[in-house]
Amino acid sequence: MSTIVNGAGKVVDFVDQRITASNWLKRNIRKVFPDHWSFLLGEIALFSFILILLSGVFLTFWFKPSMAHIAYEGAYVPMRGVGMSEAYASTLELSFEVRGGLLMRQVHHWGALVFLAAMSAHMLRIFFTGAFRKPREINWLIGVTLLVLGVAAGFTGYSLPDDLLSGTGLRIIEGGMLAIPIVGTYLSSFLFGGEYPGDDIVARLYPLHILLIPGLIIALVTAHLMILWYQKHTHWGGPGKTNHNVAGAPFFPIYVAKAGGFQFIVMGVIVLLAATIQINPVWLWGPYDPSVVSAGTQPDWYVGFLDGALRVMPPWEFYIFDRPITMSVLIPAVILPGLILTPLALYPWLEQKATGDTREHHVLDRPRNVPVRTGIGVAFIVFYILLWIAGGNDFFATILEIPVNWITWSIRIGIFALPPLAFWLTKRICLGLERRDRDKVMHGRETGIVMVSPDGEFSELHAPLSQADAYQLTWHERQLPSDPGPATDANGIPNPNYRAKRVQAKLSRFYFGDVVQKPTREEVEAAHHNGHHDAVEAGHRDEITSGQQ
Amino acid sequence: MPRSLPGRPRGSWIGRLLSTRRRHPLAAIAVLVALMFTCGGAYAALAPSTSQNVQAASSTQIDEGRQLFAVGCASCHGLNGEGQINDDGEVLGPSLIGVGAASVDFQVGTGRMPLAAPSAQAERKPPAYDQDQIDALAAFVASLAPGPDIPDAEYLDTSAGDVARGGELFRTNCSQCHNTTGQGGALTNGQFAPALTGVEPRHIYEAMLTGPQAMPVFTDETITPEEKRDIIAFLESVQDEPDPGGLGIGRAGPVAEGLWAWLVGIGLLIGMATWIVTRSSKA
Repeated sequence: MSTIVNGAGKVVDFVDQRITASNWLKRNIRKVFPDHWSFLLGEIALFSFILILLSGVFLTFWFKPSMAHIAYEGAYVPMRGVGMSEAYASTLELSFEVRGGLLMRQVHHWGALVFLAAMSAHMLRIFFTGAFRKPREINWLIGVTLLVLGVAAGFTGYSLPDDLLSGTGLRIIEGGMLAIPIVGTYLSSFLFGGEYPGDDIVARLYPLHILLIPGLIIALVTAHLMILWYQKHTHWGGPGKTNHNVAGAPFFPIYVAKAGGFQFIVMGVIVLLAATIQINPVWLWGPYDPSVVSAGTQPDWYVGFLDGALRVMPPWEFYIFDRPITMSVLIPAVILPGLILTPLALYPWLEQKATGDTREHHVLDRPRNVPVRTGIGVAFIVFYILLWIAGGNDFFATILEIPVNWITWSIRIGIFALPPLAFWLTKRICLGLERRDRDKVMHGRETGIVMVSPDGEFSELHAPLSQADAYQLTWHERQLPSDPGPATDANGIPNPNYRAKRVQAKLSRFYFGDVVQKPTREEVEAAHHNGHHDAVEAGHRDEITSGQQ
Repeated sequence: MPRSLPGRPRGSWIGRLLSTRRRHPLAAIAVLVALMFTCGGAYAALAPSTSQNVQAASSTQIDEGRQLFAVGCASCHGLNGEGQINDDGEVLGPSLIGVGAASVDFQVGTGRMPLAAPSAQAERKPPAYDQDQIDALAAFVASLAPGPDIPDAEYLDTSAGDVARGGELFRTNCSQCHNTTGQGGALTNGQFAPALTGVEPRHIYEAMLTGPQAMPVFTDETITPEEKRDIIAFLESVQDEPDPGGLGIGRAGPVAEGLWAWLVGIGLLIGMATWIVTRSSKA
C-alpha cells in the first residue's frame, strides 16, 4: 500500500516540479460553492450535453449524410423497396440493425430535449433571482447565445434523418427565408444549393450539427464556467451570507462528489427515458417526399413557439413594386424571434437603466421582492406557452375534441390579453407575499390561538419571530424609487439632466413604486411596543408555542 | 360403471322402447316431431344454396330495407331517399340516390348513421342495426340508382397486400389528414379525420370509394382496388407493429415528446437536485 502511495506521490511531484500547479490548485481546490436545488439546473444542462456528445459520436459511425436516392433493402420489412435517401436508410439501419443503435438514437434525442429544457429552466432561475445583475451580464449574454446555439443544434439534428418530419421542418425554414424581402430567395438558394429541397442540404447541415455548433457550444460553455469560477457563484442571503462572501461547501471533495454523483443521476434519468419511451420513430413517419405534408407535423418543443406563431398569424400580404411582401410569414418567422431575443439579451441593461442600480450584486433576490421583474418573467412564460400550444393546435384539438379554429382564435386573443393579465396577477401575488412577510416581522407568527376578551372581542395571538427567522425575511435591501430631484436648483437654473432623470425616475417608479418595503427598525420596535400588553398577557403561551417549534 | 352389463347387445333398448311404448299417449306426437325434423333437415340440406338465389332474395331484402328506411332514415333523407332541404337552404339530409350500397354499409355499419345529433361531423359509434338489416338498407338504397357496391372479399384480404407500396400510397394520399400511421387529425371547424385504428378493412375500403363527410372520393381509377388493398394492409401492419423503442406515447410525435421531456425528464431531475441538496452539511 505504502509503495502505491509513494509511487503516486512521486508522479504528482514530477508533474508539480514541471508545471508548478500546486499553488494554483491550493487556491482553487477549496473554492466554495453554495448549495440550493436551483443552482443545479445548469448542471443538468451540462451533463445532458456531455451525454449528447457521447451518443452523437456513436451515431456518426453509421449515419450517412447523403441525399443519394436508393431503394431500401434493409431489415425493416414494411419499407422494403421504398425509394429514400441514404440518410434516411442509414437512420433505419441505426434503428433496426446496429446493436444498441436505437437506444443511442433515443438517448441522443431525449438528451437534446432535456438539454434545452434544462437550459431554459436555468435561464428562468437566473432571471427570477436577478443573478444576471452586475457583474454577471456577460455570462447572461453567453447564456442567451448558448440557448440559441442549442436550438440550432437541435434543429439541424432534427433535420438530418431526412424523414417526413425533418423535411417538412426544413420546408418551413425555407418559407421563412423566402419571406425576407430582396435577399430571401438568394438565401434559400445558397442554403439548399438551388431549388428546394435539392441534394445538398443534409450534407451541409451535417458538419454544422456535428462540428461547428457543438464546437461553439463547448467553447462558450468553457467561457461560461470560467467566468462563473472567476466571479464566484451567487448565493441566497441569510445569517452570515453577504455580498462580500460565498457560503457553501468546498469544491474538493464535497462539491466534486456531489456534482459527480449528480452527473450519473442526470445521465441515468436520460438513459432511463431513452430505454423506456420511444422518441421520433422515423420508420413510422416515412422518407421525406416534398409532395407530402402529414397531419400532426410538429417541430420539437423548442421550435414549437415559432411554429405556433406561424399557425395563428392571420393572412396578410401586400405588394411593393409587384413584389409580394408576405407579412403573415415574415412577422412570426423572422421578426418575432428578433423581438423575443433582443430584449432577452439586453434585459440586464434594461433593468439597470430602470433601477439606476450600477452596484455589484452577489446575493440573489427572492422573486417576490422584485414584483415587476417577476411579473415580466411570468408574462413572458405565459406568452411562450400560448405560442407553444398554438404550435400543437391540431394535436390539442384532436386530444380535447374541440374545433381547431377555437384554439387558434383563443390564442390570437389570448396572446395580447393574457400576458398583461399574468403580469398584473403575479405582481399582486408578490406584493401580497411581501405584505405577509412584513406583517410577520412586525407582529410575529400567527399561533392559531384565538382569545376572547371580557368585552367579547376575538383576537388571535401572535408569537414573535425568532431573530434568525426575522432576519431571513429582512436581509434584502430596501428598494426605493429614485427621485429626479428638482427641475431647477436653488438659484432657479434648470438642471440640464432633468429630462433624462425624470424618465429614469418614471421607470424606477414602475419597478419599485408599489414594492411593500420591509419595516424599518423604528417600525418594528413600535409594533412590538404596541403589541406589548398582548405579549404580557400571553407571555407563557408564547413560550409554549416557541418551545414546540 | 356397471350401467350396461357385459354381453348385452347395446341397441336392444331402443327396440324394446319402441315396442313397449308404442301405445303411449304421446307416441303420436313424438312421431310427428321426428317427421318434422326429418323433413326440415332434408329441405335445409337439399335446397339450392343462397348464392344462386340472390336476385330472388333481394326483392324481399329491398322491401325489408324500404321499411327500415321509412322508419329510421326517411325523416331526414325523405321516403325515397331523395333528401330534404329546409326552406332556409339548410340540408336536413342529402339525397341518397346513386350513393350505392358501399356508402350505406359504411355509414350505418360504423354507426355514423343514424346521427345522434346534428354536429360538425358524424361520430363513429356502435351500429344501431345488425348486419342483415344493414344489408337490407344497402340493397334498398342501391336499388334507387346504380352506385359503388360493397367491395369483393378478394380486395379485403390484406395478407395478399403489399405493405411497402400501401405505405407510400397512404403517405401520399391519406397522411395529410389521417397522420402518417392513421392516428387521425384535426380539420377545420370541428371536423376531423378519424383515427383508423380498429376499423374493419371493409369500412376503410368503402370510405375510400365513397368519400364520406369531408373525405375526398378515391375512385377505382385514382386508386385501383389492389392499391386500396395495399393501403389497408399497410394500416393493419402498422397497427400490429410493436414499438421497438419502448412506450409509444400515442405515436403522436414531438408535442407528446416535449411534454414528457418537461414533465417527466426535468421534473424528475429537479426532484433529484432537491434531494441532493437536502443531504447537505449546513455550511
